[in-house]
Amino acid sequence: MNLPLFSVQDDPGPDFNRLLASSGVAPAPIDGALDPHDYRHGTTCVAIRFADGVLLAGDRRATSGNLISHRTLEKVFPADRHSGVAIAGAAGPAIEMVKLFQLQLEHYEKVEGTALSLEGKANQLSQMIRGNLPMAMQGMVVVPIFAGFDLTRGEGRLYEFDVTGGRYEEADHASTGSGSLHAGTVVKLGYRQGMDAGAVTDLAIEALFEAADEDSATGGPDPIRGIYPIVATITADGYTRISDDDLAARTQALIARRQGN
Amino acid sequence: MNMPFYVAPEQVMKDRADYARKGIARGRSLVGFRFDKGVAICAENTSSTLRKVSEIYDRIAFAGVGKYNEFDQLRIAGVRHADMKGYSFSREDVDARSLANQYAQSLGQIFTHEMKPMEVEILVAEIGYAADGSGDQLFHILYDGTVIDEDISVVLGGETEAIAERLGTFEQPPTLADGLRQAVAALAGPERTLTADALEVAVLERGDHRRTFRRLDDPEITELLA
Repeated sequence: MNLPLFSVQDDPGPDFNRLLASSGVAPAPIDGALDPHDYRHGTTCVAIRFADGVLLAGDRRATSGNLISHRTLEKVFPADRHSGVAIAGAAGPAIEMVKLFQLQLEHYEKVEGTALSLEGKANQLSQMIRGNLPMAMQGMVVVPIFAGFDLTRGEGRLYEFDVTGGRYEEADHASTGSGSLHAGTVVKLGYRQGMDAGAVTDLAIEALFEAADEDSATGGPDPIRGIYPIVATITADGYTRISDDDLAARTQALIARRQGN
Repeated sequence: MNMPFYVAPEQVMKDRADYARKGIARGRSLVGFRFDKGVAICAENTSSTLRKVSEIYDRIAFAGVGKYNEFDQLRIAGVRHADMKGYSFSREDVDARSLANQYAQSLGQIFTHEMKPMEVEILVAEIGYAADGSGDQLFHILYDGTVIDEDISVVLGGETEAIAERLGTFEQPPTLADGLRQAVAALAGPERTLTADALEVAVLERGDHRRTFRRLDDPEITELLA
């Protein structure tokens, strides 16, 4: 791999995707339709705004058709220091998209010397989803949620997307994936303005718990294997993943409440 | 038809080297050194936007002296090289030695084949994974592609001999505060004192973070120099 020096006209600027394309390293597109049994699907994720920022949470199950193909899939990722992305849909293209998105943000930051604005990051992701449209038409749909802390406004913000790359900013909460209807309803009913980090974590756990109860493609908490959802908060201090021990205790408390204790 | 004059290759190379050295000597210098927790780079730079020291990758930093547009072009090429390598293989596979070789190839090529050599000297620094700093590296690359693997400290720019003499040699990597004080005193010389607003300091520091590069702001530099 030699040093990528470009003439002024051909310079790809701070855009990592253009750099990959001009260097011939971009992955080849997939042609033709695949059977849903042949690739993995990730499912339910939610994002909720709270007093200090925004929270992202996702279950851990991946399915291939009617089979559970993975029990510890991660669907919530840091995008950079002050933003994160949660994915639902075809797991392979989705994880590749997140990897490219993370690189795109970091590459821009290093080349330009400043980070993109939150709006700029959401726009980038939107263009990447739009770029995936040919694959989405063949069934490999990727629908993420993007959330972050806007340093200029001093508040958490979140965005939903559709398959065409349509970008929709939500005021308080968003959900995506096959269990999103159930998870979204729980969040909608339990949501209050100005919740603290603890309350909003409990709400996210409950939302995923209910989604797993109704949707076969969403995985519930698994105390036997010690598998819990991935929950992360993004505040002025950055992206923080909540520990499994904390989530285990909160899940136990939720189960105790359900049992009427 | 005019016959071109014969010029001995030695003379061509000497002229080019003189030209490059003159260009580099016009700018201000910088000092890079290993300290107990990583690598620090301290540049004399009054601009807070046109940087001499920057991040290349998780554990790799870049610094350049000489003509700004030329070393900035090399910096961006380095970021691109590192990001593409990390994307194609793994983040662990991106290393300073291979990047330094790439820089050396390009600079050497330009020095011998182009009209004008690049008027730059660059530093590629990397911190290793060993807690005692045994894996930390400083690669000093000259305008003609010469690569020097430096031990604990390095001076780039004009008047390097005088600055290196003032800096002395470190037996062991110092603490950040000690090293920085010595580096700033060496850059300033006996007649001047340099304060935080005329300095650009960045470190690669061992810790829990994936990205180890960090710029020090003016209050932090002032505190370290006190």
